[in-house]
Amino acid sequence: MSAVGHDEIHAHEGHDHHDHHHKQTFIEKYIFSLDHKMIAKQYLLTGTIMGIIGIIMSLLFRMQIAWPEESFTIFNVLLGDKFAPDGVMRNDIYLALVTIHGTIMVFFVLTAGLSGTFSNLLIPLQIGARDMASGFMNMLSYWLFFLSAVIMICSLFVEAGPASAGWTIYPPLSALPQAIGGSGMGMTLWLVSMAIFIASSLMGSLNYVVTVINLRTKGMSMTRLPLTIWALFVTAVIGIVSFPVLLSAALLLIMDRSFGTSFFLSDIYIAGDVLHYQGGSPVLFEHLFWFLGHPEVYIVILPAMGLVSEIMTSNARKPIFGYRAMIASILAIAFLSTIVWGHHMFISGMNPFLGSVFTFTTLLIAIPSAVKAFNWITTLWRGNLQMNPAMLFSIGFVSTFITGGLTGIILGDSTLDINVHDTYFVVAHFHLVMGISALYGMFAGIYHWFPKLYGRMMNKTLGYIHFWITAVCAYGVFFPMHFVGMAGLPRRYYTNSAFPLFDDLADVNVIITMFALIGAAFQLVFLWNFFYSIFKGKKAIQNPWRANTLEWTTPVEHIHGNWPGEIPEVYRWPYDYSKPGHDDDFVPQTVPMKEGEEELHHS
Amino acid sequence: MTSLLVIVVLVLLGIAIWQLTKIFHLTQIGAATYNENPEVATDKDNTVNGYLMFGFLAFIYIFTIYSLLKWGHLVLGTPASEHGPQYDNLMTISMWLIFITQTLTQFLLHYFAFKYKGKKGQVAFYYADNDKLEFIWTIIPVIVLAGLILYGLYAWTNIMFIEEEAKEDAVYVEVYAKQFSWEVRYAGADGKLGKANVRYIEGVNTLGVDMSDPNAQDDIQASELHLPKGKQIIFKFRSQDVLHSAYMPHFRAQMNVVPGMVTQFGFVPTVTTEEMRQDAAIMSKVAHINEIRSKKSAELVADGGTALEPYTFDYLLLCNKICGASHYNMQMKIVVEDEATFNKWLKDKKSLGVAVKESKEQPAAPAEGEAAPVEKDTTNAAQADSTKVVAQVIKK
Repeated sequence: MSAVGHDEIHAHEGHDHHDHHHKQTFIEKYIFSLDHKMIAKQYLLTGTIMGIIGIIMSLLFRMQIAWPEESFTIFNVLLGDKFAPDGVMRNDIYLALVTIHGTIMVFFVLTAGLSGTFSNLLIPLQIGARDMASGFMNMLSYWLFFLSAVIMICSLFVEAGPASAGWTIYPPLSALPQAIGGSGMGMTLWLVSMAIFIASSLMGSLNYVVTVINLRTKGMSMTRLPLTIWALFVTAVIGIVSFPVLLSAALLLIMDRSFGTSFFLSDIYIAGDVLHYQGGSPVLFEHLFWFLGHPEVYIVILPAMGLVSEIMTSNARKPIFGYRAMIASILAIAFLSTIVWGHHMFISGMNPFLGSVFTFTTLLIAIPSAVKAFNWITTLWRGNLQMNPAMLFSIGFVSTFITGGLTGIILGDSTLDINVHDTYFVVAHFHLVMGISALYGMFAGIYHWFPKLYGRMMNKTLGYIHFWITAVCAYGVFFPMHFVGMAGLPRRYYTNSAFPLFDDLADVNVIITMFALIGAAFQLVFLWNFFYSIFKGKKAIQNPWRANTLEWTTPVEHIHGNWPGEIPEVYRWPYDYSKPGHDDDFVPQTVPMKEGEEELHHS
Repeated sequence: MTSLLVIVVLVLLGIAIWQLTKIFHLTQIGAATYNENPEVATDKDNTVNGYLMFGFLAFIYIFTIYSLLKWGHLVLGTPASEHGPQYDNLMTISMWLIFITQTLTQFLLHYFAFKYKGKKGQVAFYYADNDKLEFIWTIIPVIVLAGLILYGLYAWTNIMFIEEEAKEDAVYVEVYAKQFSWEVRYAGADGKLGKANVRYIEGVNTLGVDMSDPNAQDDIQASELHLPKGKQIIFKFRSQDVLHSAYMPHFRAQMNVVPGMVTQFGFVPTVTTEEMRQDAAIMSKVAHINEIRSKKSAELVADGGTALEPYTFDYLLLCNKICGASHYNMQMKIVVEDEATFNKWLKDKKSLGVAVKESKEQPAAPAEGEAAPVEKDTTNAAQADSTKVVAQVIKK
């Protein structure tokens, strides 16, 4: 297949694919592939598998919360006799599950799975490039990610349990095996896995940035880039800025753990012994961690925003409203995201004056977020909405983003944070605004670009079932959780009935868990649809959604180099949907401006 | 032999089905190319999902109202500290704002999704930008948030910075965290907490108080937190092992407890435990919990277990930072009482100086939390205090 593509490419000048004349072997094509489309698929598949693991973990600990210390066969089967003796989950294993669930979902699914998949797929295709700037580094990036995923999974089988100090791994808990079993070998593997993950993420991000800056096709100015590319580009920049800080935190923690330094530890008396650590500060770790940790949530949500903007506009058959404002707010969010980390630390013991500063910057970030939400709503207004599954997930994204984002006003306010900090209110907030929203963005992206990924269509009826049940269950899980949090229930409690204060929350917790179980069960519909459609889905046509962007000008069958023949030239912005004076309700970017045609937007 | 036969039959059957599907697919080729753009939403899909969008809006509204009615009472009620009402007020304002914005924006989003559902022949309105509109919805959040920020910062400063006059008359309490329990130390008559460092932990001196510090002699250690109503309390938090967080939800108070560092929080308790037990919301909460507990007890007794104790309300200090396996049960009772009762309670307690001396006189008595005695290195230990950084490392 690809050989044909190459011959055609070679007919034109300016491309050096000389060393690709031979037919690719299986390993070259599917495993150590340099092709960005194949790497995107590899990211998606790995991310999906990690997602399945992460979600199953959440179901296990949700069951423990709803029916505390009850015996379940499934616990025994999945966790084994040691972690769940007689089918009753052990209390430290509960924490391990919470920790690994967080880690997997944030880093492996929503960072690598979401931005890894779509950056790789869309950046070259939508800017009009043959491939990433460095195909080899791109491949390396995926394989390092794969390696880190394998190590993370391996850590689940450590005898004393995997890392159990919460996904934020605050020392001293994460540094001292005496404090919790998971802080031994399990935490070592966690740190190694994350260090590799960071290396992978940096390689990927550098590649994305260089590709967007250097490899745009003729006519593709920055103000003609689809919002997807803007979002993925800025995400990569935030990643480059903030991930190294996490790496330094991880390295210093490794030093403290293994080589006896005292960066984060001081004055510790544990298990009858005074430890030698002196002069370190756990608060320092919190600063380093959240310097990445907060931008990280935007690393997760910005790509979803980009995908949603693109999907929404092409399904509304209407230009995105306020293209410039959308770019400006992406940039504003990116900038502000690096100076708000302290809102995770209002009551960490840092100087309260700092709290005031971080309250100010944090509430500022609500402004660009509000602008984006209003612009999406206006994009729907007077559109001709095509209710494809991807569109439904995009609308769902805006809905959960608003619901979850609004409670940020409470958590970002240092005063109000005092009493809801680390309660279920926080859990509800971030799951809606970044967990569920980003997952919706990912689902939307998968449904929308499935034809581009696999040349086939996903079944829409199954897509509708998947969306509506997920939408109801997502609210069913996380809306009641706000009340549980405002009742003062701390998160990461193995059971809420060790003392009577929270006994009246038991029935809410059962309802939440029921919604979670049902919601998760219906993800099987998605998985079936996804895997079945890869092999048996209906064949897609070249531009099934009648969209404007460049990726739909490539042939359905993947070829190395993306376009047979020359790379198309771009003559207009990507959002000329339903433009007056054209016969079709879409005008691809490759269509030259007609004589006397005006740009009806400002850019 | 039969099993082999069965396997062969199954394999052949599999091959047959595989071949059949292949033939089936071959016959479908013509038909498949005919359907030129499959699995894309039709007008019917648009209509159905448009209506469902409207239905979903109804779901969000109804679910919100249902939740408020059903679970609204779970939310923490009467605050028991002086700054509590201000906190609750700010919370109420923010909540109103959130509910109004939520109701409006979700309406617009889902209503538009319903109203403008796609139809053949319908043409979308080419509308790319409008500076005025965008300015409006930039400036409205700016103004609203500016108001919230100002009020929030005012409240924050009030809570976190305790005035000098208030400090003079304050009760200083050290709250000490360890896996998985809390201890308290009162400053005693001199109003000053003695210096402390985990390196001094020995025998009954479980908090590592430096007994050579004159301020430490009259300090009083306890395992229950008693607070006098109406007095400024200043908490000094210390941890001996990992991060903890001292969370006192009824007082709208929380501060992390950090090993190697002393953190601080202060408030004025305004409602005694007895008074809070008479609070209408608390009474119905307690009644509700007892109903649940008696039901559970009945089940337990039926299974041959022991019945649960009935619940009476008490303030609690909870750990709210993941700190290890038993994090979920790391709590301590808080008793708020009038000043006279508090003083009497405190007076009955032995001072630390006396306690340590007594325990030394009876070396045979096994002390609780017996630790490996820390070597007293005279040059370092003399000044060891967790508020000050000591450069030298002491390791036995």
